[in-house]
Amino acid sequence: MSVVREVALLLWKDVVVELRAKELLFGTVFFGAILVLIFAFAFYGGERPPVDVMSGVLWVAIALSGTLAIGRAFEREREGNTLRALLLAPISRSSLYLSKLIAIALLMAIVELVVAVLLSFMLHASLIEHVLSLAALLLLGTVGFGAVASLFGAALGRARSRDVLLPLLVYPLSVPVLIAGTRATTALLLGEDASFWLKFLLVYDAIFISIGVWVFEPVAVSE
Amino acid sequence: MKRLGPFYLLCLAVAVIGLAICPTLVVLAPRETTMGFVQKIFYYHVQSAWLCFMAVFVCAGGSAAYLFGKSEAGDRVAVAGGELAVLFGICTLVTGPLWARKAWGAYWQWDVRLTTTLLLLMIFVAYLFSRRYGGPGSKKLAAGLALFGAADVPLIYLSVSIWRTIHPKTTVVSSLQPGMRGPFWAAFATFACLFVVLFGMRMALERSRAKLDELYLAAEDAGLLDGDA
Repeated sequence: MSVVREVALLLWKDVVVELRAKELLFGTVFFGAILVLIFAFAFYGGERPPVDVMSGVLWVAIALSGTLAIGRAFEREREGNTLRALLLAPISRSSLYLSKLIAIALLMAIVELVVAVLLSFMLHASLIEHVLSLAALLLLGTVGFGAVASLFGAALGRARSRDVLLPLLVYPLSVPVLIAGTRATTALLLGEDASFWLKFLLVYDAIFISIGVWVFEPVAVSE
Repeated sequence: MKRLGPFYLLCLAVAVIGLAICPTLVVLAPRETTMGFVQKIFYYHVQSAWLCFMAVFVCAGGSAAYLFGKSEAGDRVAVAGGELAVLFGICTLVTGPLWARKAWGAYWQWDVRLTTTLLLLMIFVAYLFSRRYGGPGSKKLAAGLALFGAADVPLIYLSVSIWRTIHPKTTVVSSLQPGMRGPFWAAFATFACLFVVLFGMRMALERSRAKLDELYLAAEDAGLLDGDA
């Protein structure tokens, strides 16, 4: 089986499981919405908050809800002992990693859509005007975040304190994504050029997906 | 302690003598004209920063050997490197702000080097965390983290490099006054030997630990530990 087909099959499995349970989708979207509300209460003092607050809120919401989603996604695999079944299946480990990465990016795309719309309503951010560049930015940022988070989410499957460790491991490593994401969003909102940050995220994604594919087997799989 | 090599003993001697005489050398070094006395922290700060980055490479190299070559020695190298990275990282981030308070008027600036070093320190604190609390498989998890961390450093550097930078450049070292060079390199030799000494001690400790585990398992297999269990 080619890698593409393997990834597609694994992804289909994740999508079907999620469409039946809808647990991750509802949970993460609702969590993202609550985060925007909390930030709105924290920062909204009657006047329109500065642009960098908007981009900060957007990316913090992505990082927090992304961690929640990853943690829960692997928890579900662990509870059903399905990760073992996947490892026994005749598929390559990199397909497993890539399918998890794409699945998490798809889920996060929905969360980001809701968070971005809420932000533009509640904090009057003009996110809609730059929708295409923003979509590209969010996609690249989410893939970069997911590349780190899916590896450690899978690797922490057996750890005792995985809920504590996951953010501790993932946030310092994904700081470049958060810096690039917030800087680029601010630039877009101010009508400036964000192409440097888009290229930066592209490079980050390429490097971290390559390392992820490379170390997934020894880190997350073998005993 | 019978396996101490001559290199290790030499490093130990240099480290001990260096730690005894370096403070005097540093005090006797010429006073820098603009910064005055606070400049002397430079003799500790630069060395710590260099060795912190050195330790990161050692840790990443050891982790790669452990992950791909299944080398237990690689894991011991990695844990010693990881701990030294945190130790020297803390030294760097404590001495830096002391100087910065006088030079820049603030303990902390979101400068490229400061931010990169801070994040590097966070990554390696996370490394030690995951080793300590990661449960089964934590060694592999931590090794993956070390590789990701080492790859992350240039990107962090790049991502913050558009902010204005006020940190002195590395060319400071090559443009030192003649009187400052001696103490600087003496301090560097001391710190480097201290690094080797601590690294060797940490490796020896891990070796003993591995041996103890082995003996424990062997004793258990032989039925010698029934009473304690």
